[in-house]
Amino acid sequence: MTDMTQDIDLQQVKKALKKEQNRILMQQVLANRSLVIGFVIIALLVLVAVFGPLFLTYDPNQMDVVNRLKGPSAAHWMGTDNLGRDVLSRIVYGAQISIGVGFAVAVISSFLGLIVGIYSSYYKWLDHVLMRVADGIMAFPGLLLALALMAALGGRVSNVVIAVSIVATPYIARVVRSEALALKEQTFVEATRALGASNTRIIWLHIAPNTLSSLIVQATFIFAEAIIIEAALSFLGAGVPPPAPSWGNILSDGKTYIFKAWWMTFFPGMTIVLAIIGLNLFGDGLRDLLDPHSSRGKK
Amino acid sequence: MKSYLIKRLLSVVPVLFIVSTIVFLILYLTPGDPAIVILGEEASQEQVDNLREQLGLNRPMVEQYFSWIGNALRGDLGESFYMNETVMGAILSHLGPTISLGILAELIALVLAIPMGIIAARHKGTATDQSVMAFSLLGMSIPNFLLSLFLILIFSVTLRWLPVAGYQPLSAGLWEHLKFLILPAFALGTAHAALIARMTRSAMLEVLNANYIKTARAKGVKERWVIYKHALRNAFLPILTVMGQSFLSLMGGTAIVETIFSIPGIGQLIVNAVMRRDYAVVQGAVLYVTFAFVFINLAVDMLYGIVNPQVRLDSKK
Repeated sequence: MTDMTQDIDLQQVKKALKKEQNRILMQQVLANRSLVIGFVIIALLVLVAVFGPLFLTYDPNQMDVVNRLKGPSAAHWMGTDNLGRDVLSRIVYGAQISIGVGFAVAVISSFLGLIVGIYSSYYKWLDHVLMRVADGIMAFPGLLLALALMAALGGRVSNVVIAVSIVATPYIARVVRSEALALKEQTFVEATRALGASNTRIIWLHIAPNTLSSLIVQATFIFAEAIIIEAALSFLGAGVPPPAPSWGNILSDGKTYIFKAWWMTFFPGMTIVLAIIGLNLFGDGLRDLLDPHSSRGKK
Repeated sequence: MKSYLIKRLLSVVPVLFIVSTIVFLILYLTPGDPAIVILGEEASQEQVDNLREQLGLNRPMVEQYFSWIGNALRGDLGESFYMNETVMGAILSHLGPTISLGILAELIALVLAIPMGIIAARHKGTATDQSVMAFSLLGMSIPNFLLSLFLILIFSVTLRWLPVAGYQPLSAGLWEHLKFLILPAFALGTAHAALIARMTRSAMLEVLNANYIKTARAKGVKERWVIYKHALRNAFLPILTVMGQSFLSLMGGTAIVETIFSIPGIGQLIVNAVMRRDYAVVQGAVLYVTFAFVFINLAVDMLYGIVNPQVRLDSKK
């Protein structure tokens, strides 16, 4: 009977503790201004990308030569481009491509970077090989390597994702590797090893989960960088092929008509800036929350 | 110091090997026959065969690699398929504008960033500090191609102070040379400045709390002397690190900024080669630029030894 009371008490204590932990976490999240503002901006952009098309009156590729190069008005909030296409519609549809590419790159490079980083930290001979390759890839200016890869692969959305993922993976792998190297020496890993756990089990059940917080923070910055590189590639004509409305494509059209139609440059440009600010703020906030010892730049 | 230099020099060898291998393999990533991709589907079989022979595609891959790398080491990067000159010749004739642009961008970044970082650190938590941090966030969030377009909109289209695009060499006169480079250099240097300002601020904050600074102040040393002679010198190592790292991204940005401002530099050469699928130029120029970066990083690392004696001591251990 006494044991049972103790059991119930223990469970209640555990529940209360969990509740208190959640409350503190929530408090920390809400007190983190960068995180909240960044999250709101990103959430808004994602909502616009997903549900925006439902509210749009114009097709992003629908040409209207009579109304070409018209400034912002009630009918076209962000004006029309050189072919009379609605700039707002193109930016909203462009969000699907640009955010989609950024997200895909963040996911793929995180997955590959995790595998490369973890195994490098665990097997010394593999570390020598993989890290030299990573050094080699990181020695290239990112945009130039992506450009060269696009020259070979050809302009397609999937190829943009592949090219930018190749550029981004070493940056994730480096972060995961350094985290995993420290974890490998921790007592709990040694204890698991002493208990006879296999390398695969130690790597995937004990080390990998503990590298996730640093990985997620890094992936947020990669997300932002991927949006920039995609926009740059498409702007140069080596990324998403026209007439698909990626933010870089819209800007590329805007550059040609910069003297006649400032809105073709200003609105897509500000959308990119907003997305990057949102992701950078979110990443900074997340780093403060998940990985406080590494946020040195913010005193 | 000598062993540190040798160690650092040797560490570059595998990186250069990997870089050249990646650049070489780029041609082989092309789906299908690169010769057909370059010439187009309409090309005759004879033309395709000729180009395959010219590109060396008929030989085994390993043989091609060693012959390519051997030639590259002798400065022979092949011939451009579209321009009537060698790849090395094309690179050398496009080098001047990129160097001018890089130097001006770096100067703008340093002149903006270091005073901003110092002021922010000295007035930590005030409106001045917050303004510097806001500039830093904005500077890092605006991609350079976007900033280029915004600068053109303001200074060329609206105010008409500076030309939209173009280039004049230094021989045409200093102002003629600079007026075409000011906007692109600002576009390139701002993100760089944002990063350096941030690092200067945090490095200065760390140093300003140190005991030797308090001692210097207690001894009555002038504040300006404390900041520039004692604090900045000790805060310089992390600043130098970030300068070296971001110089790489600064030069990477030249590809797009040179294209926007029609500056005939290496960046524009690469972009044009990508558009025409002029593989020899893409491979040669990317290899050249990346090698240059590896050596710039090496030079920055060696500067550490001069700025910070600790590096020399560590290498002896």
